[in-house]
Amino acid sequence: MKGTNLGEFEELVLLTIAALINDAYSVAICDELEKNTGRAAKLGVVHAVLNRLEEKGLVKSKLGEATNTRGGKRKRYYSVTNAGKAALLKAKEVRDNLWRMIPGMTLKNV
Amino acid sequence: MAEHHSNPPHLAEKFLSWYCKPELLEDLQGDLNEYFYRNLKTKGVRRAKLIYIIDVLKFMRLYTIRKPEFVNTLINWIMLGSYVKTSARSIRRSPLFSTINIIGLAISMAVGLIMIAVLNDVFSYDTFHTNKKEIYRVISRYSYRGNQDNNFMATTSLRAARLIEESVAASNGIAILRRDFEGDFTAGDKTIPLQGYQTNPGLLQVFSFNLLKGNPVTALKEPFSLVLTESAAAKLFADEEPVGKVVKFNDRDYTVTGILQDLPHFSHMRFDILGSLSSRETSEQQIKEDSKWDNIWNAWVYLRLSPETDLQSIKTTFDRISIKEDSTTKDTRIELDLQPLGEIIAGDDLGNQIGPVIGSLTLWIFGALTFIVLLSAGFNYTNLSIARSLRRTREVGIRKVIGAMKSHVMGQFIVEAILISLIAVGLATILFLILKPYFIGIEPEIQQLFKLELTPILLLYFIGFALLVGLLAGLFPALFFSRVNAIEVLKRWYPMKGLGKIGMRKALIVFQYTISIIFITATVISYKQYKNYIGFNLGFNTENVLNISLQGNKAELLKKELLELPEVTGISQSAMVTSIGNYWGTPVKHPSNLEDSSWMAYNYIDENYLTLHNHKLLAGRNLTPLPDSARESEVIVNEQILKKYNINLAEALDETLIVDGKELQIVGVLENFVYGRSNDVNQKKEVLFRYSKTNTSILNIRIQSSDLIGTVSKIETLWKELDPVHPFEAKFYNEQIEEAFAGLRASVSVAGVLAVLAIGIASLGLLGMVVFTTETRLKEISIRKVLGAKEVLLLYLMSKNFILMLALAAAIALPLTYLFFDQVAFPNMANHAPIGIVDMLLGVSCIVLIALALITTQSWKIARSNPAEVLKSE
Repeated sequence: MKGTNLGEFEELVLLTIAALINDAYSVAICDELEKNTGRAAKLGVVHAVLNRLEEKGLVKSKLGEATNTRGGKRKRYYSVTNAGKAALLKAKEVRDNLWRMIPGMTLKNV
Repeated sequence: MAEHHSNPPHLAEKFLSWYCKPELLEDLQGDLNEYFYRNLKTKGVRRAKLIYIIDVLKFMRLYTIRKPEFVNTLINWIMLGSYVKTSARSIRRSPLFSTINIIGLAISMAVGLIMIAVLNDVFSYDTFHTNKKEIYRVISRYSYRGNQDNNFMATTSLRAARLIEESVAASNGIAILRRDFEGDFTAGDKTIPLQGYQTNPGLLQVFSFNLLKGNPVTALKEPFSLVLTESAAAKLFADEEPVGKVVKFNDRDYTVTGILQDLPHFSHMRFDILGSLSSRETSEQQIKEDSKWDNIWNAWVYLRLSPETDLQSIKTTFDRISIKEDSTTKDTRIELDLQPLGEIIAGDDLGNQIGPVIGSLTLWIFGALTFIVLLSAGFNYTNLSIARSLRRTREVGIRKVIGAMKSHVMGQFIVEAILISLIAVGLATILFLILKPYFIGIEPEIQQLFKLELTPILLLYFIGFALLVGLLAGLFPALFFSRVNAIEVLKRWYPMKGLGKIGMRKALIVFQYTISIIFITATVISYKQYKNYIGFNLGFNTENVLNISLQGNKAELLKKELLELPEVTGISQSAMVTSIGNYWGTPVKHPSNLEDSSWMAYNYIDENYLTLHNHKLLAGRNLTPLPDSARESEVIVNEQILKKYNINLAEALDETLIVDGKELQIVGVLENFVYGRSNDVNQKKEVLFRYSKTNTSILNIRIQSSDLIGTVSKIETLWKELDPVHPFEAKFYNEQIEEAFAGLRASVSVAGVLAVLAIGIASLGLLGMVVFTTETRLKEISIRKVLGAKEVLLLYLMSKNFILMLALAAAIALPLTYLFFDQVAFPNMANHAPIGIVDMLLGVSCIVLIALALITTQSWKIARSNPAEVLKSE
């Protein structure tokens, strides 16, 4: 395993899962990502990332109830594990630290 | 839009569930479905489906693809022992069904084994040549005045051979074999009849015949050189060293320059002796003969081409040669082509073959028939397995509850089928060994072509064949049982509706009986044709006439001895035997029109021939005996010749004909008779009889005796005293006529055997079904009986369905057979006997009788059973 370092997209997905709370399943994650980032999130890519995150132990999943909308197939709901939360916090911390090093003026002009 | 249109594409769904890991599958399917339904609304059905398919393909990633299920395979392997054990139990538990299956399969597999052995032999032909892939035979097609022959000839002119040798640059050698190098060869005081060819030195370069002694380059170079096979050398020289010795043939001395190892059996050309082709260049007449472009009947030419040769360019060269040479022959065109060595034995049906071949058509027909018989036996297996589903589904249900997966259940049933098929192949191999001599004995050509030796490789093929048959026969039951729903089966005590697949089972039985009826009816009709041909009224009498081939002996000597036998009532001489498919032709002109020459059939005879054979003279008299040296002056013609030249019968005796350049007086007119063969399209041939004793080589002996075989052996003793060298060659005329139809006879025998097998297999299957249905209806019948049903009515009740199936089979088979003969076979058969109602119904009634016997005995047994006994146990 590559350790717990998060890639940019991985971080986004992880955050989305956390934000969606009880409704985080693949299609919803895709939609949410698309809404927030404005770029198209491909289902296949999201799936691969979810799979990787689960392998890393950052998320866990369970199957939900069957619904009619999916041809009778159950949804797989994801939730962030403690390790996932720690990874998110660590990533935020790294960023915050970096942000703090930047003098306020430089970016305000953008 | 219709409901089913708005579902995700089925194939893509299947594909996804095939490759995807089971734990990921449901989620993925769900996601794709969700997207699909969403796209359905926004983008339409087509786009949605397309996106679905693309997404399914895109999801094929390392983490989604299912790993090969080693565990599952492992379990299957571990379970194999258990499968074998349960299969053996199941085989023992129902001995009747197992016996039916095994015997049915064994019989049909025996036919399959013969087919495999035949194919194995066919593919063994000519494989001993090192360059087998590079060798081609030059074949030629003759057309005269725009009438092109249907088939190519295996032979080519020697002139073409020379031209090809000069012009085809890619050639790595050319082998030429010319026929007519056979007869009596003499070394010292020994004379032995041998058969061979005149050939060029290239033969030993192109082919891989093993020259034991002598130089392969020069052995066949000099005129009058001779190469013998080992066994021919042993016959001629015993223990002496043959090389360098002189052998006499046709009054010429030949020197032995080499010894060949005896040819392998699987060589399409066979010979004892080879003479050098250059011997022909010593004779002016032969040089002239060999330089003719249209003399395409006497030589076989083989080319060895380098592997990268473009065959099309060779053909172009051939066509150029043809165009140039066709100008030297009036009205005649000859087309040349190449035939690969590997296609000689089982290829197109060419004329003038160098040895016996089996046509590809024969192989295909035989193969198809074998397949049908096998299919029929396979149906028995499928049918009976599924019929017993009631008992087996419970077993399967319990297996599934315990944890067996679909693949395990399939494995079990396939193992069972394979086990039965392996037992059957064991029996079939024994049957094969028993049937082999009969099969080989059907026709002399088959005897020459095939050995059908049971080699280890062949045994391996047999086992492979059994595995395949078992797999195919077991596949359907396996699929069927693996789909069984455990809960459904265990919940109810009665079979699920539709479980028995009654419709399909009935269809299979109808199919089997249709095939059986077609086989038997076709056999009966063909046999009638054969009988019709051999008993055909030829227009003269062939009864008790023995034809002896003189083989170079003096007729007078033998005649003198023969006439002393009291059984011999008459002797005549002829050049050939008519009505058995031989045609001798000679050019004939009428003096009134010397431009118009036609080929007419003829025979040389002596003065006793016509009386001995009871030929009917319509006018005139017999030919006058002539001394050997006298000039020919008389001819006897048949009616057809008079018709051709518009001569009245009354004036016929005043006419002359120019036969082969000689003007001959017509002295008698014969009633028309069959000259060629009774199935010739044109039976009214113009035929001449000419007088000659020097040209005759056959003695026709009329025998009157109650012990024909004894008389023949007496004649044979006489022959052996006169000629110790040549084996006695004599046949009764009627036998020779039968032999002329040996091909038809062989087909009838094969069809007959297959018909019997097909009927046997179908009857076995029917027996199984009848036993099964009557047993399952035992309770029903008993209750009916208690309520007062008559036994006869019960019998009717139980047999009705089967009889309907038989009737349906007959209704399909009979018109098909009739149409086949009427539309396909008969248009190509002249003078066929008509199909009678008896011929059509004979076979059917046989089959129906057998089937009825099966049905009624079984049903009767049940109908007679004591209902108290049956119902008591409930």
